[in-house]
Amino acid sequence: MRKHLIGTLAVSAALMAAGLVQAQEIKSIKIGTAAAKTGPGAGGAGVTHWPNVKLWVAQVNKGGGILLKSAGNKRVPVELIEYDDRSSNDDAVKAIERLATQDKADFIIAPWGTGANLATAPVFAKYGYPQIAVTSVTDKGPELAKRWPNSFWLLGGGQHMAGSLVELLKKMNAEGKIGKKVAMVHVADGYGLDMVAGARPALKAAGFDVVYDKSYPLGTQDLSPIVNEIKGLNPDAFIAFSYPPDTFGFTEQSKIAGFNPKVFYVGVGGAFPVYRNKFSAATIEGVMGTGGWDVASPKIQDYIKAHKEANGGNEPDAWASSVQYAALEMLQQAIERVGALDRAAVTKELGSGEFDTVIGKLKLKGNVRENPWAVGQWQGGSFYGLSPTNLPGAHTPILKPAWK
Amino acid sequence: MLTTILVASVLLGGAYALMAMGLTLQYGVARIMNLASGETLMGAAFGSFCLFTALQIGPLLSLVLIVPLAFAINWAIYRWLLSPLVRRAKNQGMLEVDSILATFGLLFVIEGAMLAGFGGNYYSYSFLAQPVTLLGHSFGLNRVVAFGVAALVALGLYFGLNRTRYGTAIRAVAVDPVAAGLVAIDVPRAAAFAFALGSALTACGGSLLSMFLTFNASMGVVFTMKALIIVIMGGVGDPRGAVIAAFLLALVETLVAALVDPGLTLAATYLLFVLTLLFRPQGLMGRRA
Repeated sequence: MRKHLIGTLAVSAALMAAGLVQAQEIKSIKIGTAAAKTGPGAGGAGVTHWPNVKLWVAQVNKGGGILLKSAGNKRVPVELIEYDDRSSNDDAVKAIERLATQDKADFIIAPWGTGANLATAPVFAKYGYPQIAVTSVTDKGPELAKRWPNSFWLLGGGQHMAGSLVELLKKMNAEGKIGKKVAMVHVADGYGLDMVAGARPALKAAGFDVVYDKSYPLGTQDLSPIVNEIKGLNPDAFIAFSYPPDTFGFTEQSKIAGFNPKVFYVGVGGAFPVYRNKFSAATIEGVMGTGGWDVASPKIQDYIKAHKEANGGNEPDAWASSVQYAALEMLQQAIERVGALDRAAVTKELGSGEFDTVIGKLKLKGNVRENPWAVGQWQGGSFYGLSPTNLPGAHTPILKPAWK
Repeated sequence: MLTTILVASVLLGGAYALMAMGLTLQYGVARIMNLASGETLMGAAFGSFCLFTALQIGPLLSLVLIVPLAFAINWAIYRWLLSPLVRRAKNQGMLEVDSILATFGLLFVIEGAMLAGFGGNYYSYSFLAQPVTLLGHSFGLNRVVAFGVAALVALGLYFGLNRTRYGTAIRAVAVDPVAAGLVAIDVPRAAAFAFALGSALTACGGSLLSMFLTFNASMGVVFTMKALIIVIMGGVGDPRGAVIAAFLLALVETLVAALVDPGLTLAATYLLFVLTLLFRPQGLMGRRA
C-alpha cells in the first residue's frame, strides 16, 4: 500500500514536472511544409500553396500564435520550416520524412499536387501526422481516408468536377440555351486524364454529342491546329481540361481564330487572377473554368484583401487558394480545441469537428469535403462559382458573348 | 486545310528556329553545349515582361536593350566561367563534359535568381494578340511578327557568317580551332564572340516568344530540350541545319496534330529524331566526323 502510494506520488510528480517543463519549453509550434518552389509544379504551388502558407503564418503570429492549454493557456507563435520538393514526389517523401524525424515538426502541412499527396500519404500515416490534402484532385478520397485515417481530402475529384460541369451543361441544354454538340480536349497528364475520365461517361449518360475528344502532350506550344479543327466542327460547348500555359494558349488562339462557342470552359489557370490581368475582364467575360467560390461573401472579401496585403498585391486564385487557407484554419482550430500538441487528438478533431473558415462552415464526412465547387465563370471581372448549383452563392451561367 | 497547316507550321518553325540558332552557334564554334540556353531564353522573356508591364516598352523595342545586355553578360560568363575550362581541357571530349557540367550549374544559378525575383508563378501578357489573315485564315499577329524577326535574324546570321571576314574566321574556328589559330585567328576571342552571340540570339528568341507564351521561372528546361533536339537533328554547328530541322519538326508536329491526333505530336517528334540519328547520325547538314 505504502509502496503503491509512493509510486503514485512519484508518477504524479514526474507528470507535473514534465508538464511544467513542457509549459516552459514550448517557445514555438513547429509547422513543416514541403512543396514545389522549382520545377514544373512551381507555377501552381506558387499560386495556391506558398502564398496561403505565408499568409496564414503571418496572420497567426500577428495574433500572438496558437492558443495552447498545455503551455499554460498562452498563445505560442508558429515557426515555419519549409522545403522545396523540386516538383518531385521522391523529394516530397524525403522532405516529409525529414520534417517528421530530423526537424521534429509538430505538424506538417500537406504538400502541393495530387501526385505528391498520394506519394506522401504513407509517410504521414507512418509518423502519425494529420494530412489535410487540398491541392489534390482525386475521386478516391473516401477510399484513401479509409486506408490512411489521418488523411483528409478537400478538393474533390474528376468525377465530381467533370460530372458537375456536365450537369450544368445539361441544365443549360434543357433551358434551350445551348445545343448538344460538345468538343473536348485534355492535356495528357494527371489532371486532364482524371477529368476526362469523369467527363466521358457523364456526357454520354446526359446524351451529349461529343464531336471531338482528343489529348495533347504536356508543354505543347502551338495549339492552333486543335482550335482550328474544333472551330470547323462548330460545337455548342468547348471543354479544355488544360494546364495554365495551355489555358492561356487556348484562350488567345480561340480569340485570334474567332472561335466563339456558347460555352467556353478551360481547366487549371482559368480561375487565376493573372488570367484576367492578361486578357482584360471584357475579353474573358463568360469564360468558364475549373474552380469557384462564393466571392460575394464578406469572409472571402476579407480573405482576398489579407492575401493581397501579405503577398505583394497578388490576389488569390478562385479555386484552391481559399480552400488551402481554410485547411490551415482548420488545423489551428483543431489544435486550440485539443489544447495541446497531441497529433492523435488533433487528427480526431479534424475528422469530427465543425470549423469556421473563409469558405464557410466546414465539416468533413468520412474525412472528405462533400460537394466542393467545380465550375465557375468570369462575370464582370470576378470569378463566380456556378456549379454545383445548390451551393450558397452559386451564380446563374451566362452564354459567352463575342470575344472583345 | 492544307494551307492552314502549312502557315501554322511555318510560324511554329520560326519560333523553334529562334530557340535553336543560338545553341548551335555556341556548340559549333565555342564547343560549349550550353544547357542554360533555356534559362537565358526565360531570362529574356522575364526582361520583356518587366519592361512591358512596368514601362510599357513593347517586346520588339525591348530587343534593343535585352539583346546587347545578353551579349555582354554572356561574354563575361565565357571569359570568367568557361575559358578556364577551355584552357585546361586536353581534348574536345573533355571540354564537352566540363562545359555541360558547368552550364548545368549555371542553369540552376539563373533559375534560382529568377525564382528569387519572380517566384514560381506563371507570367503572361498580351501584345499584338490580334488576328491577321494569311491565305484566308486567321493567325496571331504576334506569331507572324516573331516569325518575321526570326527570318531577319537567320538571314543576318547567314550573311554575317558567309559574307564577312570575321564570319569566315568564326566558321574556320568551327571547322578546326587548331588550324584557325595557325592562320592568325584569335581563337579564344572568336569563341567568346560566338558564345555571346549565341546567347544574344537565344535572348532575342525569349523576348519574341514571351509575346504569346505563358511562362514561369522553371520552364527553361522545356526549351533547352527542344533546342537540343533541333540542334542535333540539324547537324551540330551549322545554323542552316538548325533552321531546316526547326521547320521540319514544326511541320511534322502540326501535320500530326491536325490530321492524326494532337496526343501523338511528342511521339512524332521523337520518331523523327530517332530516324535522323539512325540514318544521318551527323545531322541533316552535319559533316561526317
